[in-house]
Parts: sequence; C-alpha cells; structure tokens
Amino acid sequence: MHPLRKQRMQWICLMLISVSIATALIGYILRQNANFFYTPSQIANGQAPIGVSLRAGGEVVVGSLKRARESLLIEFHVSDDWHSVKVTYEGILPDLFSEGQSTVVTGKIDDQNILHAVQVLAKHDENYTPPEIAGMYEDRGT
Amino acid sequence: MWLYRLSSPKLFYHISGRVIPWLFLASITILVIGLFWGLLIAPPDARQGDSFRIIYIHVPSSFLALAGYYFMAGAGAVGLVWRTKISFWFMKSAASIGASMTFIALFTGAIWGRPSWGTYWVWDARVTSMLILLFLYLGVMAMIRAFDNKELGQKNGAILALIGTVNVPIIYKSVDWWHTLHQPATLKLTSDSSIHIDMLQPLLVMIVGFYLFYALTICLFLRAEILQHEQATSWVKDLCVRRLRKSG
Repeated sequence: MHPLRKQRMQWICLMLISVSIATALIGYILRQNANFFYTPSQIANGQAPIGVSLRAGGEVVVGSLKRARESLLIEFHVSDDWHSVKVTYEGILPDLFSEGQSTVVTGKIDDQNILHAVQVLAKHDENYTPPEIAGMYEDRGT
Repeated sequence: MWLYRLSSPKLFYHISGRVIPWLFLASITILVIGLFWGLLIAPPDARQGDSFRIIYIHVPSSFLALAGYYFMAGAGAVGLVWRTKISFWFMKSAASIGASMTFIALFTGAIWGRPSWGTYWVWDARVTSMLILLFLYLGVMAMIRAFDNKELGQKNGAILALIGTVNVPIIYKSVDWWHTLHQPATLKLTSDSSIHIDMLQPLLVMIVGFYLFYALTICLFLRAEILQHEQATSWVKDLCVRRLRKSG
C-alpha cells in the first residue's frame, strides 16, 4: 500500500481506538446511572434513595394484585426472585400489565419501604407466539 | 480490481442505471409480499394481539439504521484513506437515508410503546442511545454541508461518522448491559430466535425488502450526487444533450 495511505489508515485506527477507550471509561463511570430502574434487591439492600423519585422494575408477584372497590387504588408486589417491594398506585394500568409479567413503576419510597407510584409501565418480553400455541404451553404448565 | 473501477463516477452512473429498474421491482415486490404476509396472514401475538405487527416495520428499519451507520462510516474511512470522491458522496447519501431509517425506528417504537408499555417515550438506555444515533446522523449531514470548502466538509463529516461508530455496539448491547424498559433482542445470531416461525418468516422477508429498498435509495441519491458534482465534465454534458434531444 502507498505509504501515505497507510499512514492515513493508521490515524483512523488510532482515532477509533482512542474514542472506544474514552467511551468505555465513560460507560464504566455511568454503568449504574444508565440503568432505567432499580431492582427490588437493590432497594432492599438500601442502594436506592428514600424519599426521592425513582423507578423500580421486576415481575408482578402472582396473587399480589389488589384493587379497591370504590376507587382506582391498586396495590401489588414487584419481585426479582430474591426480594420484593410493595407498590401502591392510583390510576389506570397499561393493557399488558398483569400478574407474572414485568413492570417498571415510578414513584417515591417511604420509610416503610412502600413505593407510592405515580406511573406504572408494562415491560413485555422478547417472546412472540400465536395465541393457540401460548395456550398449549399454559395447559402443560410451563 | 472491479471495486476500484466501479469507483469511477461515470461507470457507476451507467451500471446503476441498468440495475435500478430491477432493484425497484424486487424491493417493491418483496416489501408488498412481506407487508401482506405480516399484517394479514401471520397470527396475532398471544399477549399483545395485533399491535405487535408494527414489528414488521420497526425491526427492519432499526436494522438498517444500525447497519447503515457502518456503511456510512466505512465509506467515510475509504474516502479519507484513498480520497475517492464517490466514497464521500456515498457517505452523504447514506447519512440522509440512515437518518430517515432511524427516525422511522424511533417513530414506530413510540407508536408501539403507547399500547404495550403505556407510554410513547422513556429515557432508557436503548431508546436514548437510538436518539443519539439520530443526532449523529444529523450531525454528519450538517458537517458535510457546513464548510464552503466542500472537501474539508466531507473529511470532517467522515471523521465525525467514524467517531460515532462507538455508539452502534452500545445500542445493540444496551438491553443486555443495563436494565431497560425495551425488551431484549428477539432475533439472535447465536441461538434460536424467540419468535414463532409463522411470525418470523414475514419478518425476515421484510428485512430483505428493506435492504433492497436501502440499496435502491442509495443508488438514486448517489446518482444525483454524481450529476451534481460532475456537471462540468463532458460525459454529463453529453448525457444532458442526449436527454434533451430525446424529449424534444
């Protein structure tokens, strides 16, 4: 290769490597802050701030969803298999919100570790199946 | 080398002129088949119902938004090293088309987010890094046009495009590296995809269709760039004279 072109190519490689290292370092510093939500374990371990608006995410515990009779008040537990957080919310839930599915809630945690949510979002997984086949799985209990 | 010969603007103009009708026919046919298959024949999703069908636009446009960035930056690198004019024009064309693809991905994502997540927009790692990709594309487009000296603008645009490549693997891995509201990848390179085969087939057809459509638009944009930049050359003048004679 022509020496001038080789030199230009080396400059480009050097630029790409240095930018990658810089980005990796920034990413290393931000690794926690770039998370969209705290897990119930992080909240249980005291890693999440109290009294400040934050997001918590996990699975809605099956059988934990309670609805008030006269209002839109809702109560449920969010879990990540190790710990769970009690969540209260007043409002309309997204269509895909249901027990056993993932959710991300925004709100403040009080001193009794109850999260008072102002927004509840549904997180769907990466699986796509036709209804008949999903029904077959449920019949088999998987 | 055939690639080196194709970098001659004149030769590329003539060869692409022959390819374009076929690319047009192939991409439109495949996109129509894919849309018909995906929107009408494929089964609905067990949980999301029919709203999941936006995947047939969302995923292909996201693929091209990411792959297109590498095409653009790669062309920029070739331009910087070999100083071939056509590489920079390719980069300029890929910037506008890539920006459109990124916008389509973000827009369909927002429409999909409303019924599935319960919100149009969240600032999670995937959505935010994708928005940064759109700004990178717009930045490259602006950089190329920002200088009176065209060559300087192209070189700076290529450098910005190359710097921005670090964002592409971040977008791709964001759903694994951080907690996000966005789902993890459904189509996987190393293991089976977590989508039923009846829903997967039209998705793959749409991805092929989008790639062909991308190639078609690149050819059209690049030909316009060639004519604009080579307007003083004799072959473009001849071309214009022949066109005028034909029409008049």
